[in-house]
Amino acid sequence: MSQLLKRRFFEQIKVMFGWEPVKPKEISERATTVHELKRMTNKQDLQAVKAHMRAHEIKSTKWRNRRWATLILANLLFTFSFVLDIQILEGALTASRFVGFHLIDLNSALQVMLAHKHIINNLIIGTGTVLVLWALLGGRTFCSWVCPYHLLAEWAEKIHLYLVKKKLVTDQTMDRRLRTVFWVIFALLALATGYTVFEAISPTGILSRALIYGPGLALLWVLALLFFEVFFSRRAWCRYACPIGLTYGVVGIISPVRIKYKLEGCFHEGDCRKVCLVPHVLDTVIKGRAIETEVPIGPDCTRCGLCVDTCPTGSLSFEVKGLSKLM
Amino acid sequence: MSDNDNGSGSKPAAGPTPPLSKAKRQSNRRRFLRTALLTGGVLGAALSGFLPLIYSQKKRLRPPGALDESDFLSSCIKCGQCVQVCPVSAIKLADLIDGMGVGVPYIDARQQACDFSCDAVQCILACPTGSLTYHKPDFLSVRPGAALAAKPILLAKEKDEEPTLNLTERIGVARLTRPEACLAIQGKGFKGQTRGADFKGHMRYMDVDRWKPIRIADHPYDVAECDLCAHECPIKGAISIETVFAPDGSKRKSPVVHEPCVGCGVCEMVCPVEPGCITIEARGVWKT
Repeated sequence: MSQLLKRRFFEQIKVMFGWEPVKPKEISERATTVHELKRMTNKQDLQAVKAHMRAHEIKSTKWRNRRWATLILANLLFTFSFVLDIQILEGALTASRFVGFHLIDLNSALQVMLAHKHIINNLIIGTGTVLVLWALLGGRTFCSWVCPYHLLAEWAEKIHLYLVKKKLVTDQTMDRRLRTVFWVIFALLALATGYTVFEAISPTGILSRALIYGPGLALLWVLALLFFEVFFSRRAWCRYACPIGLTYGVVGIISPVRIKYKLEGCFHEGDCRKVCLVPHVLDTVIKGRAIETEVPIGPDCTRCGLCVDTCPTGSLSFEVKGLSKLM
Repeated sequence: MSDNDNGSGSKPAAGPTPPLSKAKRQSNRRRFLRTALLTGGVLGAALSGFLPLIYSQKKRLRPPGALDESDFLSSCIKCGQCVQVCPVSAIKLADLIDGMGVGVPYIDARQQACDFSCDAVQCILACPTGSLTYHKPDFLSVRPGAALAAKPILLAKEKDEEPTLNLTERIGVARLTRPEACLAIQGKGFKGQTRGADFKGHMRYMDVDRWKPIRIADHPYDVAECDLCAHECPIKGAISIETVFAPDGSKRKSPVVHEPCVGCGVCEMVCPVEPGCITIEARGVWKT
């Protein structure tokens, strides 16, 4: 990793905790050349190429379909394991057993450890397994590929964007540092009160249990959140509040699975940033910002693949670090 | 949308950031207010979970091996694995109105008691966090009267090599709460389906099938003197029908609860009188 990418690596961690991305102070020689060449390109030629690309653009939903299928399948596996008694994935998203192996959600485990202040072996085993699993799979991949609230929020987002287009609502953005503040508050609350306070309002836990054990009044809270996201603030829970996302984000810092950005073919039109849940991770696609010709996207990225689907030039793609070298 | 500033600034930034415009400052202030509002909203919702805890002191019966209430609430990860392993579906998960107890398991013994038809207390084995446990960690104290004098013997496996349930504490204790209505005390018998034909509760009957609990409605009774609570109790020596002296000095029969009672709730479930005469005091302790 070059010195520049190393610096960006640490800056992206700060960005995950809520700081705004800053313009890079230094750009590698090769990337500077590409930026220069893009600037020198004749405007009309560029427009022509863009128009050509747009005309031949294939609207893809490949990654979204794969992701939705995975998410629905994972949650149904929980449901069927209980309802049909096939016993493959027993429990709920907070804690479960996959054919006997303990799996425990990292944030729930953390809450329990802080509240109860006693850790038994099964808890360590389950947490350790999930930690390794998600560190390998990409950390926040949990959010977009497993969390049932993510899917509902995605649909709510569609309604929100439609209403925005009709000029009926506007997206009320908030300070992203709020999520870090919530994370700390809920950790302290668990520690101080001895109750897993966050679990009472976690839409992930509520939805997962509702899918497995049947609906309850707690779903009203989930509805309230979705209502807020439709009419006031786009994806507010995932963007500004959910401590689970931050926990998994931290786990995914060193993950080999990530999205890679290639500067060369990019027209800097920003389609990817429009569909992204966490557009601050895509600051590098803004014209003149890429510090290298290839830039890995930071840990707050949920690896949902919407940007990969939407990019008309193929400048964004999934990458498994190390795998490309092996093969 | 503010995050779509493509094409702006094609050069890397140099020098200090220029001062913000008035409009930008205002929009920043509004954004701060919204952020504060969401903070308050989410925290308010989270803390509202405490209210029922404060206002309602209704005690709920927890599954066997549960830690004391506050430790139980702090350690339960709300996954419902205990629900999944229970062969008679005795364990339910609490809903929103139960406050901090969203997703926490409880047993409504009158509707479906734990009759230990799993033999090994499967819910304890399934619990990933030790909320339900055979062995309480050392730093947690045992309430006086909660500890069992000896490991309770499960009648169903009395002849097995290991006849006990590995429990060290009771989850409650049975109390005769309405003696005036008790059929045994009145010297009455009982014939028919206890709790009626529509009752959904299940129980394991050793003379029917050791491994398959059946509906209680499918197992009618016919006894000259009602002894259902004592007859169906799964624990050895926990309850018996004794001859006792009534306040007026006359002799009569009565169910008497003994020290081995673990508070499973089978007696409460099978009691044919409505409402039941014998109930479990959740987290109740043995008083001599």
